[in-house]
Amino acid sequence: MDKINSIFDVLGPIMIGPSSSHTAGAARLGKIARYAANRDVVGAKIYLHGSFAETADGHGTKKALVAGILGMEPHDERLKLALDIAKDEGIDISFEKIAIDGAHPNTARFEIYKSGGEIVRLTGTSIGGGAVIVTEMNGFDVEITGDYYTMITKHNDKKGIISRVTTMLAENNVNIGNMRVKRNHKSNIASMIIETDDLVSATIVEKIRRLDEMIAVIEIMPIREK
Amino acid sequence: MYRNARELLGLCNEKNVKISEMVMLDEIESNGLSREEILSKLDEILVIMENASSATLYNPVKTLGGLIGGEGKKMMNYLQQNRMITDQWIVKAMARAFVCSEYNASMGRICAAPTAGSCGIIPAAILTYAEKFKLNREEMIAGLLVASGIGKIISINATVSGAEGGCQAECGSAAAMAAAALTEMSGGTAEQSMHAAAIALKNIMGLICDPIGGLVESPCSKRNASGVVNAMISADIALAGVVSIIPFDEVVEAMKNVGTGMHQDFKETARGGIAITRTALALIEKNK
Repeated sequence: MDKINSIFDVLGPIMIGPSSSHTAGAARLGKIARYAANRDVVGAKIYLHGSFAETADGHGTKKALVAGILGMEPHDERLKLALDIAKDEGIDISFEKIAIDGAHPNTARFEIYKSGGEIVRLTGTSIGGGAVIVTEMNGFDVEITGDYYTMITKHNDKKGIISRVTTMLAENNVNIGNMRVKRNHKSNIASMIIETDDLVSATIVEKIRRLDEMIAVIEIMPIREK
Repeated sequence: MYRNARELLGLCNEKNVKISEMVMLDEIESNGLSREEILSKLDEILVIMENASSATLYNPVKTLGGLIGGEGKKMMNYLQQNRMITDQWIVKAMARAFVCSEYNASMGRICAAPTAGSCGIIPAAILTYAEKFKLNREEMIAGLLVASGIGKIISINATVSGAEGGCQAECGSAAAMAAAALTEMSGGTAEQSMHAAAIALKNIMGLICDPIGGLVESPCSKRNASGVVNAMISADIALAGVVSIIPFDEVVEAMKNVGTGMHQDFKETARGGIAITRTALALIEKNK
């Protein structure tokens, strides 16, 4: 933990027990999965790897993952009822153990089913103390910690699209903190991962979505609880 | 901005303030929060701690792993019998630490301090001291400020994670944080707080993290109970004028090195220590 800056990184988080990595971190991963599906979740299949698979029940990990998917914070008292709440809301959840080569022991892979039949896939790890990192989203390698507002695009790998997006952000006074571009040569599809200092307004996101070469835009909100 | 105990002590001396006030000034400066906002967040944490350290005395809980439960209540009953080898305040502090651990293990709402697994030590130390010496809220919150300043130093220079550094990094850090807090609350100097923190951390240096079944229950809850006692005696040692021969910053560095050298089997993996005793393995098999 080299990013310790505030005393509340040490005294905190306020959370439902028993484990910052297996419970609070799991809930935060669920939250990122929810954002990745644009809060539209009708079902989820969650694959658990390593310690997440072996000690899930004793840590409330399944409840916490689902609580996050339902939009709950790690300190929400309803977290322990998350599986029942999901059932009541008609959200179909299933779990499966999985072994992912070389993955950190506290890793979960999500398949989130959206109402239109679309499936969002992501893999994330709880790296300790409640901190998390999403390493894969819809087939692209990413590195999302949820510390910042993050925009992930999927677009046709054509000249000019990157500058059009960054110009739109700059014109609207959004400062980019970090940006990476990934591409898949075979499919000619690329992805931008843009972290910004401030939230990007819905209007701008919609404009970016409507760009000719744009296939999809995912927004991940900062997940740190206030 | 301080990154270690030497710098924090330097700032305290330069500005002629206590550790709690220096930690407050630094938090205002580094994070843009006002004094009132910080105090209100700390008050919220104190409320969570008060609840978490008493909840299971009145509402018995079933923990997720079923390995622990009822220890806090037993300590309080023992207190009534008035035949303690130690004294009522040590027994009360242990009861509070046990209760926090039980509450945490049953999915209760707690404040990680610095982790969920060690969440009983700081509340037990501060609340029991406050009860004994009738402190007001402001004085308790000053204790939380001292504790968090020490925790920040350990986090920057070593780790507070059992998976990275073993139990010494979790319950050891919590005890060091609590020891420094008790020392200031008791009127000790900033230097004495650092001695207390150094002594507490040295007292359990090398302690491994070996939870049965990988669950935050056993031996975690007992290490919270012994952790708060470690904090109390370390504060008393420092307040008596005994000094840590090794400065706190070097003790933190030593703790980090011990953690790095510790075999992976002893760092929260449940592959060593108590976790692989015959009885532990049989318990896990039975609970499957």
